[in-house]
Amino acid sequence: MQRIGVFVCWCGSNIAGTVDVQAVSDALRNEPGVVFSTNYQYMCSQAGQDIIIQAVKEHNLTGIVVCSCSPRMHEATFRKTAAAAGLNPYMVEIANIREQCSWVHKDMASGTEKAIILGKAAVAKVNLNAPLTPGETPVTKRALVIGGGIAGIQTALDIADAGFPVDIVEKNPTIGGKMAQLDKTFPTLDCAACILTPKMVDVAQNDNIRIFSYSEVEDIKGFVGNFDVKIRKKARFVKEDICTGCGLCTEKCPVRKVPNEFNLGMDNRRAIYIPFAQAVPKVATIDPDACNMLKSGKCGVCSKVCTAGAIDYKQQDEILDEKYGAIVVATGFNPISMDKFDEYAYNQSKDVITSLEFERLTNAAGPTQGKLLRPSDLKHPHTIVFVQCVGSRCASCAEKGKEYCSKICCMYTAKHAMLIRDKYPDTEVYVFYIDVRTPGKNFDEFYRRAVEEYGVKYIKGMVGKVVPEGDKLKVQASDLIAGKQLHIDADLVVLAAAIEPDKSARPLATMLTASMDTNDFFTEAHPKLRPVESPTAGVFLSGACQGPKDIPETVSQASAAAAKVIGLLVKDKLTGNPCVASANEMMCNGCSTCERVCPYGAITYIDKEFRMPDRTVATRRVAQVNPAVCQGCGACTVACMSGAMDLRGFMSSQIIAEVDAICK
Amino acid sequence: MQVNKYRPLIVAFCCNWCSYAGADLAGNNRLNYPADVKIIRVPCSCRVNPSFVLRAFQRGADGVIICGCHPGDCHYTSGNYYTRRRMALLFSMLDYLGIERERTRLEWVSAAEGAKFAATMNDFAEQVAALGENKRLEDLRCKR
Repeated sequence: MQRIGVFVCWCGSNIAGTVDVQAVSDALRNEPGVVFSTNYQYMCSQAGQDIIIQAVKEHNLTGIVVCSCSPRMHEATFRKTAAAAGLNPYMVEIANIREQCSWVHKDMASGTEKAIILGKAAVAKVNLNAPLTPGETPVTKRALVIGGGIAGIQTALDIADAGFPVDIVEKNPTIGGKMAQLDKTFPTLDCAACILTPKMVDVAQNDNIRIFSYSEVEDIKGFVGNFDVKIRKKARFVKEDICTGCGLCTEKCPVRKVPNEFNLGMDNRRAIYIPFAQAVPKVATIDPDACNMLKSGKCGVCSKVCTAGAIDYKQQDEILDEKYGAIVVATGFNPISMDKFDEYAYNQSKDVITSLEFERLTNAAGPTQGKLLRPSDLKHPHTIVFVQCVGSRCASCAEKGKEYCSKICCMYTAKHAMLIRDKYPDTEVYVFYIDVRTPGKNFDEFYRRAVEEYGVKYIKGMVGKVVPEGDKLKVQASDLIAGKQLHIDADLVVLAAAIEPDKSARPLATMLTASMDTNDFFTEAHPKLRPVESPTAGVFLSGACQGPKDIPETVSQASAAAAKVIGLLVKDKLTGNPCVASANEMMCNGCSTCERVCPYGAITYIDKEFRMPDRTVATRRVAQVNPAVCQGCGACTVACMSGAMDLRGFMSSQIIAEVDAICK
Repeated sequence: MQVNKYRPLIVAFCCNWCSYAGADLAGNNRLNYPADVKIIRVPCSCRVNPSFVLRAFQRGADGVIICGCHPGDCHYTSGNYYTRRRMALLFSMLDYLGIERERTRLEWVSAAEGAKFAATMNDFAEQVAALGENKRLEDLRCKR
């Protein structure tokens, strides 16, 4: 028989406001097994934990029930308290009377009644708890970073600097990500390439970092400390270790009209290409959809001009099997498609562009060598209209855009407007906005400069329609403050397209069994206290895959994720989860059903000798669970027809006891 | 004298990774739902043995709801697929035994869907309350 102590937390007024905590502790005092019951203002505080430790000693408690906040919040805290009091940490159960009771019910009477019932269920469960000891698993001291943008680069550099090997998997031929495409960065206006490319070189030169460019993660198995990852190295038809990156092939290739992804299709590249001059690794890649040699076997120019002999038309995709202890997701973002926004005539006029296209247009390495020329006729535009929140904060048009704020558009538009007015003072710049959002260090000052020093015309109101007419774009908009309709003849319209997670994020989340929100951003383990960890142990989040972010925030989160990874890799062993399945060999009939449902392959069968009642020895086939591999889902417990399989910490008898307590 | 309005007893099995966290989020956001709903935490919805559901009905529950991660998002990769199949069979069997299909439900609630959790519980509680007390499956041997 257990000797159970019940500890009811007030959580200040969070619980005590809707639940009569005294009544709860009084009611639970009479439950079977309970020998002590009390309540206190803050059970998680040091004073509260001392009450628990004191009570364990005074009343020889063998089990603890804490009626408090969610176990996802403080289960670990109270398990430590139990351990400090000399109890097995797994003799603690939490009744969640805050998140699932006091916070969701308004009425004191029903709230208290429910809290008592939840407490009774926890007591019933603890009565059947058994001490559990976690096993230990070794840690593979290598990290995987998925995505080679600024987030992935920073994370990899920080992990490598701490002395751990790290691999970057990047699906494009070069690392650098979106930041490599940017021109200047707000609010300091330093050039993106000048601060990014040295970091890319650092990555390439760091002995602890391997770059798998033009590669994708194909499969992920395993668990924290022990991930088995399959990486597909796509055939680039160029031997990476031999190519010197001289670029001769990219000049001689006869296929000239392939839209250049790096410049967002605003100019062309060849079938064999290096995305940009500072690419890392600086290796050519053949686009198999464009290359004549690969399509029809007729050409071979690149192979003839390559003095290093790096071209290999027969190259195949390669699958690498690698082991990692931690995985960092840094898959980043993309602007949303403008196809559904017909009102802005994006698909009708070349002079309606997105902000990312504008970045390329003003970039010295871009299609116009940095001269502000509009795409249709390469003339200098004199009137430019910026449209904010295209697809962002779009609660009423969720099928077209996104409900959330994309966060970076206000600032980059202020930057664009400012740079135009600086270089071309004869240009009129209008910005149509819903709100201007500038929280961030030196952000508001930056925006004020755009308005006050550079004379950018900010107009509160939305653009209703853009109509291409002759060589002009007729912009119809409303000025909400003046209360009138505006008609502007613009030469160039720039749309601040909402940003969304990269398309590769969703299948990756499935492979990682990491959770995502409804917008496909990765969910963090706790929105405030564990912002760089995924709820899946060993998976960390870096950059815009977790939510829209600017560069300073991305870099902060990237370094934070790296710190978490280092904290994991520095350990030699991890204590596992003791709540794993185990088979009762006396009941197991060796049917293999559990083996088939186990998603981890944790169950094997062994032949074991049993002494029979008539003193003969019989050999029977029985299930055996590998506790290091079992993750404790419990699928096998239900599949088992003879009832031999049970899950420690969530035993059938315990759950039934909870059901009974609730239904009493 | 005030007549006590009938309130149903509802047992909710929630998986630790998605739905239980969704329920916590509903709490964080103070989204109300009836106190009739009592949550039991399980590691995965696939830990819910159909016998637990039967047991709840035997002992007087008026409704049982099982919540798990969305298909494809299971923390344990495939647990919720097992749940979906098992519960499809169980619910149709309960229906056959005379426990209305409306007393049982399987719902996918992610950790980010606090609002969906509260809305689901409000809807389910209303649906079960409309059916009234469940007296069909009382184990006669256990009759107290």
